[in-house]
Formats: sequence, structure tokens, C-alpha cells
Amino acid sequence: VITVLAQLPFTGPTVDWFQLTPFFILIGGGLVLMLAAALFPGVWPRGSYAGFTFLLGTATLVVSFVQWHSVAHGHPKNLFDGALSVDGLSIFISIVISIAVILTALFLDDYLRREDIEGPEIYALMLMSAAGGIVMAWSSDLIVIFLGLETLSLALYVLAASHLRRIRSQEAGVKYFILGGFSSAFFLYGIALVYGATGSTNLDQIFTFLANTTLLDDGLLLAGFALLLVGFAFKVSAAPFHMWTPDVYEGSPTPVTGFMAAASKAAAFAALIRVFVVAFTNYKVDWRPMVFALALISLAVGSVLAIVQTNVKRMLAYSSIAHAGYILVGIEAVSARGTASALFYILAYSVMILGSFGVVMLVGRKGDASHSLDAYRGLSHTRPVLAFTFTVLLLAQAGVPFTAGFVAKFDVILAAVDAKSYTLGVLAMLAAVVAAFMYLRIVVSMYMSDPAATDAEPVRVPYAAGLGLTLALAFTVIVGFVPGAVLDFARDAVPVFASR
Amino acid sequence: MDFPILTTIIAVPAFGALLTALMPKARTDLVRLIGIAFALATAALCIYLVIEFSTSPGSVAGFQFVSQHSWIKQWGISWHVGVDGISLFLVALTGVLFPLAFWGGDADASHDVKAYTAWLLLLEAGVLGTFLSLDLFLFFIMFEVTLVPMYFIIGGWGHGERVYAAIKFFLFTMAGSAFMLVGLLATVFLHEEATGVLTFDVTVIAADQAIAPTTTRWLFLAFAMAFAVKTPLFPLHTWLPDAHTNAPTAGSVILAGLLLKLGTYGFLRYGLYLFPNAADWWAPVFITLGVIGIIYGAICACMQRDLKRLIAYSSVAHLGFIVLGTFALTTQSISGGVLQMLNHGVSTGALFLLVGWIYERRHTREIAELKGLQKVAPIFAACFTVVMLSSLGLPGLNGFVGEFLVLIGSFLTARWWVVVAAIGVILAALYLLWAYQRVFHGQIDEPNRHFPELQLKEGLIMLPLLALIFFVGIYPKPLLDRIQPSVNSLIAHVEQHSNYRQPTVGTQVAGK
Repeated sequence: VITVLAQLPFTGPTVDWFQLTPFFILIGGGLVLMLAAALFPGVWPRGSYAGFTFLLGTATLVVSFVQWHSVAHGHPKNLFDGALSVDGLSIFISIVISIAVILTALFLDDYLRREDIEGPEIYALMLMSAAGGIVMAWSSDLIVIFLGLETLSLALYVLAASHLRRIRSQEAGVKYFILGGFSSAFFLYGIALVYGATGSTNLDQIFTFLANTTLLDDGLLLAGFALLLVGFAFKVSAAPFHMWTPDVYEGSPTPVTGFMAAASKAAAFAALIRVFVVAFTNYKVDWRPMVFALALISLAVGSVLAIVQTNVKRMLAYSSIAHAGYILVGIEAVSARGTASALFYILAYSVMILGSFGVVMLVGRKGDASHSLDAYRGLSHTRPVLAFTFTVLLLAQAGVPFTAGFVAKFDVILAAVDAKSYTLGVLAMLAAVVAAFMYLRIVVSMYMSDPAATDAEPVRVPYAAGLGLTLALAFTVIVGFVPGAVLDFARDAVPVFASR
Repeated sequence: MDFPILTTIIAVPAFGALLTALMPKARTDLVRLIGIAFALATAALCIYLVIEFSTSPGSVAGFQFVSQHSWIKQWGISWHVGVDGISLFLVALTGVLFPLAFWGGDADASHDVKAYTAWLLLLEAGVLGTFLSLDLFLFFIMFEVTLVPMYFIIGGWGHGERVYAAIKFFLFTMAGSAFMLVGLLATVFLHEEATGVLTFDVTVIAADQAIAPTTTRWLFLAFAMAFAVKTPLFPLHTWLPDAHTNAPTAGSVILAGLLLKLGTYGFLRYGLYLFPNAADWWAPVFITLGVIGIIYGAICACMQRDLKRLIAYSSVAHLGFIVLGTFALTTQSISGGVLQMLNHGVSTGALFLLVGWIYERRHTREIAELKGLQKVAPIFAACFTVVMLSSLGLPGLNGFVGEFLVLIGSFLTARWWVVVAAIGVILAALYLLWAYQRVFHGQIDEPNRHFPELQLKEGLIMLPLLALIFFVGIYPKPLLDRIQPSVNSLIAHVEQHSNYRQPTVGTQVAGK
């Protein structure tokens, strides 16, 4: 049989191997890290895992920039017969995810030392998860999206439970796993229905089919849309599929929460854009109302429920739901401008949320438990620079001018207004007012309350975490003042639109 | 003009804030010095601006010292600043009031002087930027950026329910801005749709008037939401008494003297100038709200037991006059409104300073606790008298000129509203004189017997304000010479783009 097979003319797809470098770096690096830690335990000085992960993240970032120049200006490439596409969107999300890897590595190092976890597997899992996220962002085939989604998620389930001595962390892992399993099932069923309706799982072919064919009965397709959207909404934690978010964000080790909030959301939004905004663009009349509802509910739920929280991690979890709502506002515009604004928002949000969870990690102190608002009382007296950093990051999330968060909010509202979605624009801004109250509560706790008269352990700011926070702060402020370059970057990353 | 003086005016306090933030925390003396030096430098630049402001017929009505640099090309946003007769004196007032408030309110800065100074300077940059910007985006961010420092100043150095007041202030204003942002973007895009040019430049959008008049009514309303909160117009004023009362002295002075003017200035620049047709259409509504504010504010002021709260409500009434003047749409009424913005800033600023000093001495602002202060502090009482009389509009002092112009100008177009508004003048005399009587007259009692007299420093702070009160009251011509041409061109702009025609006094008399 083998000889027969060998004689058949088989031409595999030609592969531009260079374009796959990010995967080699992340997966190969992760394996090397695991092997090195397993074969020579105890040899490596503390911090070397984090340092290695940091280098891998930086290498991915550098390679992504190299790819950007060959790809973004009108030369998108297809790999594996159209299973993966390397275009501006791909590279943009690669960059966001490598930034998440870099910052998380900086925060994880201090966290693991403090919590006394050795944890090479945590770094390795994070690298795998990042690779999965990049697959998800690159894929132009529904099945490959699912592969990426699962790679991303499986690693995250374990990461969520990786603090072995915290029962909360275990709970978060199990909860995330079970609910994530459900959402994957929805997603997969959605793929099946779309395949049934269009005869393909390849996004290009689906687009061509939908552009040239009028479906007499599109019930199957619409059901597929709905199920796919449920799967995505779960992954980006858009309400009403957000139920897992507060518990999992609260329970997971704080740096992992930051990574989860940034990387997994970025990857899922990239896939959402590719599937809905690009491939299903001719059916936007049907799916736009769904996204409208998701955006609106996310904004309302995220902002309003954040107010009543007293745990800062849960507050940020709810605020990340609201942020998902803003990104959906940009997507709802279904335009090049809207997509660019969503991408810009993803980048700005990722940096802000990573920085914010970095501060939360530091204030969490040993045991990763002191996350109540009271834990922040008088932080401006004991740690003025840290308090200031957190204030800037929070105000940026609230959308105060001269921060990246303002430009991001401005950009999505701009896109919504341009698409004549005035209602969504006004409601999004009002949600920002409600959310601002929540951010101000944290600021009040830091600046306008006397220090809690306890013998609480002082908050330490180690070098690596300090570096991470400085990077996040610098990005937030600099992009707030001169957003031009990053806006161009997001605009160039928008995939080619066939319909507009 | 090659030297970018307006950009410098905004940059100097911003740079001062940055410099202050970099100072070591323990060097409070140095921080204070930097704060006052930068505030004074800004003041000097603002006064220089007033002197250099050209009154030659060719240039007096338009924007002067304009500088424009591309900022975010993708959105057609530029750093575009300019000053005309309407904003000129507000800029000057900002320059003058900040060092006085900073110096006069330094007793409140008992802790963390560094942060206090930095926030104040940042606030000054934001206020100046709002008055000077001619770009919608720049205006919006400057308008928003003033929120953060003020929030921290009230919340960090205020009295009583300071955190509640600070958050209420922040959320009210931000909710108003939410509507404005959407309206602003809609304006830009509808303008792009009609003309093909994506720009945030106010002068271009105002000159083109490319948006359908019925649409502009909605856009105007979106902008007006933000300004009505800021001004504040009845019924959106409820944040004001809390914020004013609980703010530290400097905060109250700047809040009443300048931040409220962002609203009334906004009505002129982004209401009348940007949407002349819609402004004319909405005018009756805003005149009515203004007049309700005058009466409502005055009645509430009569009822107050706290001096600061009383002045806060009197601000609602005074700002009602400015709104009345603005929407009455005559040269005199708008000029009076602009002048009244300046007057209110000076006299209410001075009142808040004086009340702040009373609080420093007696640790109370309750009118009932104060008695007979005139006996022990006659100079203090004299200062208070002049400022109070200016606030209630005594002829010969500045308040009279503005109020009179508003009333006489509005009488042509909104006669019966003026009749009602005039009652507010009487009520103003009632609440102010009554308060004065209770605080400064009467038999002195033991706790008030040791009330210290006005100190030299306080006198020096009062001096420029008193000088302004008398100068504007007696000889307002130099100010009006600079205000009126711009107001005239604004009204000509409204007439050009709507059915409104300014009545001339002559034709009215002839018609009767």
C-alpha cells in the first residue's frame, strides 16, 4: 500500500516557512523550557524562566514587525491552501499577543516568587496558549479557528487553576473548563450548520458562495451565525455570555487573569472580525442586530454591575465586559473605519488591562487575596508612584483625555456615528459615565481615604513588575498624546473588504 | 504674529504642573514657589495678550493670534487656537484668578502641597485650552481634562462631604459630555458628507453651514446638554451647591469664576457660532430656563444658612442672566453676557475668597454663628461690602454694567422674560444684604470677638479684584470696544444663516 501511495503524485501545499516563525518561537521555546526544567531541575536560577519567556515574547514581537513590512502593504499571504492567512490583521493580533506575553512574563516572575511556586509549566502553558491565540487570529478556516480556540483555551483552563494552594484558583479552573466546554460545543455546532448551509468551512469560499448565491431558505445559516456568535461572545466575555468572567478572573492567579483578559480577548475578536465582518459581510443585515444587542447588554451589564462590586479584581472583570461592549460597538459599524477602531481598542485595552492587573497583583500581597477596595486605602501615602500609575491606567479605561483609552473610545464612537449608529454611540458614552464611577471608587480609596490602620504587609514593587508597569504606563500616555502612528497601524491592519 | 503666544499660554501652566510633579515631595516651599511663579507667568502672558489684542477695524472682530498645526491627520484634527473678543477677557480672567486663588487659598493645602499645586496648574492649562481652542476635538479634550484636576481638588482638599461632591461633579459633567461627544462627531461626519472634507475645525464647519437646519437642532441639543450641566441651567444644577460648598477655597473660586464660564462660553462658540439656525430655534427654551434659573437660584439663596451655599445658589442666578443675554441674541445682551461672565468671575471669586478666610478664622460658614464682625474687622467688612454690592449690581460697580446691558438688550427680543428676570435683581439685593447684615452687623458675641482683621496678604489679593470691580464699573468702554465687534460679527453670522433679524431700537419705536 505504501508503495502505491508513494507512487501517486502528491503535491502538498507549498508553505512559506518563514511566515510560521512566531509559532516556532512560541511552541519551540515552550518545549525547550519544559525540557530544560524537567531534565535539569534546580539548575536554573530563579527568574531565568521568566527571562526566557520575555525573550521569546520579544522575539515574536520583532518577527511580527518584520512580517508586517512584507505583508501589510497589500500583500497578504495564504498558507496551507488558505487555512491560515498572513495579513495585517494576523500580524496586528500577533503583536498584541506578544505584548501580552512580555508583560505577563514580567509580572509572573514576581508573583511566582512571592507565592513560592516554581512554575516552569506556567510559562510553557502561557506560550502554548499564545500560540493558540495566534492560530485563531491567523486562521481563515472555521475548523482551524476551532483548533486555535481549543489550544488557547485548554492551556488557559490549566493556567487558571495553576495556583495549587488557592482553592479559588482550582474553582476558577474547573468553572472555566466546564463553561468553556459548553461554548466550544456551541461553536462547533455553529460551524457544522454554516458548513451545511454553504458547503465549505473555508472563509474565502464561504464569502464567495454567499456573494454569488441567493439562499432560498437561510434558516440553517442564520442558526449557524447565532451559534458561532455565542461561542465568540463567551470567549470575549460579552454579556449575556459573561457569567464565568467575574469568578474566573477573580479566582485565577492575577497575572494569568491579565493574560487571559488581553490575549484571549484579542484572539477571539480577531476571529470574530474575520468570520463575521469579512466572510459574512453580505449578511450583515441579519447579524448586525445580534452584535448590537450583545454590545448594548455588555455595556450595561459591565458598567452597572461593576459599581456594586467591592473586590477590585471583580470590578476589573466587569469593566472588561464593558470593554468588550465597546469593541463590539466598533465591529457593529461593519466598516473599515469600525474595524480599525475595534483593533485599536483591542491594543489599547490589552495594555491597560495588563498594567491594571499588574498593579492588582502587587497589591494582592502574599496569598493573592487582598483584593478588596479596602486593601487600596491610602496607597497614595505608602506607594505614591504605584498609586499614580494605577490612577492613570484606571482613568485611561474610563476614557479621560490624553490617554490611549480616550483615543480608543473616541475612535469606536467615531466609527459608530459614521455608520449612523447614534443610539449605540450615546448609550456607549453613558455607559462610560457609569463605569467612570467605578474607576473613581478605586481612586477615592487610594487617594481620599486614610490608610487602613492595620499591620498589613507593605506592598512591594520589584524591578521586573516595575518595568512592566512602566511600559504599560508609557504606552498609555504616549499613545494618548500622539496616537497618529498607532491609528495608522490599526487602519493598515484592517482586512480587505469586499462589499464596501 | 509669529510667536505662538496662545500655545505658550496653554503650555506654561501645563509645563509648571509637570515640573511640580517632578519636585521632591518634602520641598513644599519650592513647590509653592514654582506654583505661584508659573501662575504669575501665565497671568503676565494673558495680560500681554489683552494689550496686544488688535482693535483696528480690520481685525478686531475675527480670531487673532491664530496658530494651527496638524495633529491627528487621520481624523482631520489640528491644534488650532485663536482668540477673539468673546474669549479674550475670559482668558485674561483665568490668568488673573488662578494666582490669586492659589495664593489666597493656600491654607487649604495643608497636606500634599505638591499634588495640590500640580492639579491646579493642570486645571489652568485645561481651562485656557478650552477658551482658546478652535478645533472641536481639542475643545472636547480640554473641556474633559478640566474634570480630573477639579475632581481631585474637591475630593482631596475639600470639606465635609467632599468625596460625594467630587464624584457628583465628575459624573454630572461627564454625562453631559457624553451627549456632546456624539453630537460633535455627528457634526463632523455630516459636514463631511455634505462637503467631502473631514475636519474638526470649528471655523470651517461654522462657515460652511453645510448641515440641514433641522438636523442641526438635534446637534445643538447634544452640545447644549454638556453646557447646560456645566453652566448650570435649571434643572441640571444640583451638582453645583454640593461641589461649591465642599470644595476648598481655591477650588470654589475657580469653579465659580471659571469652570461655569466654560458652559456659557460653549453656548456662544459652539451653540450660536456653530449652529446659528438651531440656536435661534431653541432660543425661547433657553431663555426660559435662564429666567427660571435666575428666580430659582435667588429664592434658594435666600434660604441658605451656609454662606458658601448661598453664594453657590447666587451663581445659579447670575449664570441665568448670562444665558438670558446669550439667547436674547442682540448686540447689547450678548455683550452684556460676555461682560457679566467676567464680572461674575471677579465678584464671586472674591466672595469665595472672603468666605474662605472667614472659615479659616472661625472654622464655620454658618451664618447664624457669625455676628457683628464689622466691629472687630472693619476693613474686612468694607471689602466684603464692595464685593457684595458688585455682585448685586450696584451702579458704579462692575456687576451693574453687565446686568444692565443684558436686561436692556434682552428687552428688545424677550420683553416679558426680562420683566420676570428683573425680579431676580431685587431678590439678589435681598439675599446678599440680608446675609451681610446677619454676619457683619448686630451685637458681637464672644467667639466672634477675636475675629482677626484683614491681613496684608489678603489685602494684596483683594486689591486687583477690587480694582477690576471699580474699573469695569466706571469705565467699561475699553472692554466693550473689544467685545462688541466680535459679538456683532457673531450676530451677523446668526442673521445670515437664519430668519432671525436683530431688531433695531429705532424701528421698534417707529413701529409703535
